[in-house]
Amino acid sequence: MSARAVWEEEPTAVGRLGKPVVLALIALAVAFPLYVVVVTSLSTTEAVTRAGGLVVVPRELTVAAYVQLLSGGVVTKALLISVGITVIGTAFSLGITVLAAYGLSRPGSLFHRPLLFIVLLTFLFGPGIIPSYLVVNALGLIDHYASLILPAAISAFNLIVMRSFFMGIPNELIDSARIDGAGEFAILRRIVLPLSKAVVAVVGLFYAVGYWNAFFNALLYINDNSKWPLQMVLRTYIVQQQPLPTGAGGVATGIAGLSPAPGLAIKMAIVVIAIVPVLLVYPFIQRHFQKGVIIGAVKG
Amino acid sequence: MTFRHRLRRDWPLLVMVLPVVVLLGVFHYFPTLGNVIAFQDYSPYAGIRGSEFIGFGNFQRMFAEPAFWKAVANTVSITAVQLAFFFPIPIALALLLNSVLSSKLRNLIQGVVYLPHFFSWVLVVSLFQQMIGGAGLLAQTLRDHGHQAVDLMTKPDTFILLVTAQAVWKDAGWGMIVFLAALSTISPELYESAAADGANRWRRLWHITLPGLRPVIVLLLILRLGDALTVGFEQFILQRSAVGGGAAEVLDTYVYYQGLLVGDFGYGAAAGLFKGVVGLVLVLVANRFAHMVGEQGVYSKS
Repeated sequence: MSARAVWEEEPTAVGRLGKPVVLALIALAVAFPLYVVVVTSLSTTEAVTRAGGLVVVPRELTVAAYVQLLSGGVVTKALLISVGITVIGTAFSLGITVLAAYGLSRPGSLFHRPLLFIVLLTFLFGPGIIPSYLVVNALGLIDHYASLILPAAISAFNLIVMRSFFMGIPNELIDSARIDGAGEFAILRRIVLPLSKAVVAVVGLFYAVGYWNAFFNALLYINDNSKWPLQMVLRTYIVQQQPLPTGAGGVATGIAGLSPAPGLAIKMAIVVIAIVPVLLVYPFIQRHFQKGVIIGAVKG
Repeated sequence: MTFRHRLRRDWPLLVMVLPVVVLLGVFHYFPTLGNVIAFQDYSPYAGIRGSEFIGFGNFQRMFAEPAFWKAVANTVSITAVQLAFFFPIPIALALLLNSVLSSKLRNLIQGVVYLPHFFSWVLVVSLFQQMIGGAGLLAQTLRDHGHQAVDLMTKPDTFILLVTAQAVWKDAGWGMIVFLAALSTISPELYESAAADGANRWRRLWHITLPGLRPVIVLLLILRLGDALTVGFEQFILQRSAVGGGAAEVLDTYVYYQGLLVGDFGYGAAAGLFKGVVGLVLVLVANRFAHMVGEQGVYSKS
C-alpha cells in the first residue's frame, strides 16, 4: 500500500465512487465470459435445458462432459497432439534461442554485425503466405507435425529480449571464467544460464503459449483432420458449429454410470480445456514479468 | 587481429548462431525470394524454373479487380477505426490504474486485464460467440424477456466494431504495460513542484503526464501505421464465413483465398508482395516522420 502524496488533492466524489465501479466493470468484462463457460461445461442436461442455453447460476453440477471428452476420441487426440507440439516445440525453440542469443551477445566477435542484421531484418517484412506454403510443401512437410514447429520456431523478438539480458551480465564474470580455461559452451552453461533463469522462464513461457495457441500454421499445413491440434478442433466444432463426430473416432458416448452430457456442455468443456493450460502457466508468466524485459526489448 | 585468429577465437559463437540462421534462411529468406512467382504464371507442376514469366501481369489483373480493392478498403478502414477506438484505450487504462493507490489492487487488476492476451483468437471468437452470438447469452436473455434476439456475430454492418471490440478485449490490457512502464519513469518531483505552483490534477496530466508519454505514443503510432495493412489473419479467417467476404475480406484473407484455396499461386503471391512492399514503405516513411518531429522512432542510423 502506498499513500497519497501530501501535495495531492483529496479525490473528488466522482473519482472516489467512479473509479472502483469502472475497475470492477473492466475485471467483470474479462472474468464473466470465462465464468459462464466454466459453469455451463459443468452443468447437467436438465440445468442447460432449464437455462435455455448457457448457464449463469450453477445448479446440478457434473463432470460428465469432461469424462466423455477425455476418454478417447477427437478431443483427446487433439489435446495430446497440442501438448506434444507445445512441449517439443518449446524445448526446441528455447534451445536454439538461448544458443543464438549468447552467440550474438558479444559485440566485436566475428560476423557479429551481419548475423545480428539477419535476425533484425526479419522484423521489417514477412515472406508472405503463399511462398511460405510452397517452401513447406516442397520440403514435404504438409501433414507433418514438424510443419507446426519449424516455420514458427524462432521469434526474433524473444531472441532479442534474451540477447539484451545476456549482454547485461558483467563482462568480468565471463572473462574470469575464460581465464580459467572455460570454453564458450561451458561459460553459457555454468555462468550465463544460472544468472538468467528469469528471462529463460519468460521466453520459454511465451514460446509455449505461442505453440499452444497456434492455429494459422495448422490451417495452412495440416489437411488431415486426424492430425489436428486442439485449436483447429475448437474452430471447427465451436466457431463453425459443425457437429462433433460420434462413435468410431469421434466423441466416446455412454460412459458407464454417467448419463451423456448435453451438447452445449461438451462444447463449453472443449473451450475450457483450451483455456486451462494458459491459466496454469499464467501465474508464472506474471511473477517473472518485469517491465524491464518488455521495455528493453521495445528499445531494441 | 587477423581473420584466422578471430575465427579460431569465435567459432563456438558461430556454431551457436548457426541453427537460427539456417531456420531463418529456410523459412524466412528463402520464401522471401520465392516471391518471384508473383511475376510468373506459376504452376505447381512446372515449379519456379518451369513457369513462364509474365512481368507485371498478375499485378495488372489485381489492380483491375474490384474484389482486391474491396479487401484493401476493408483493411484500411479497420486500421482507421482501431486507431480511433483501440489506440487510446490502453493509455486511458494505464492512467486509471496508475492512479489506484493500493498496489495489491493494482496487481490484481493488471493480472486480470493482461490475461486475454494469452488466449488464442479461436478462443476469443468462441467466447464472443457464446456471449453475443445468435445462440449466445445476450440473445438468450433477450428471448427470455420477450424481445427479438440479436446476433451481433453475423452482421456485416457492425462487423468493424465487432472486430475492434474483440481486439480491445484481447489486447488493450496488454497494450497498457508499455504505458505503465513509461508512467513509472516520470519523476514524482515534477508533479510535486507543479502542484506547489498551483497546477491542479488536470493541468498536471496535460503538462507532465502526457508529455512524459509522448515518445512511447509516437513509437507505437509508428508501429501501428507501419502495420496499417496487417489487421490480423486469424481473427478474420475465423469469422469470414459468418459475415461474408464483403465485410470480412482483408488483404491477408484475400491472399489466402485467391492463392491457396483458388490455387492461383502467382496472383496470391502478387497480392501478398504488394502488402509486404507497401508495409515496408509505410514503416520507413513513418520512421522518417518520427525523426522529423524530433522523436527517436523505431530505429535510427548508427
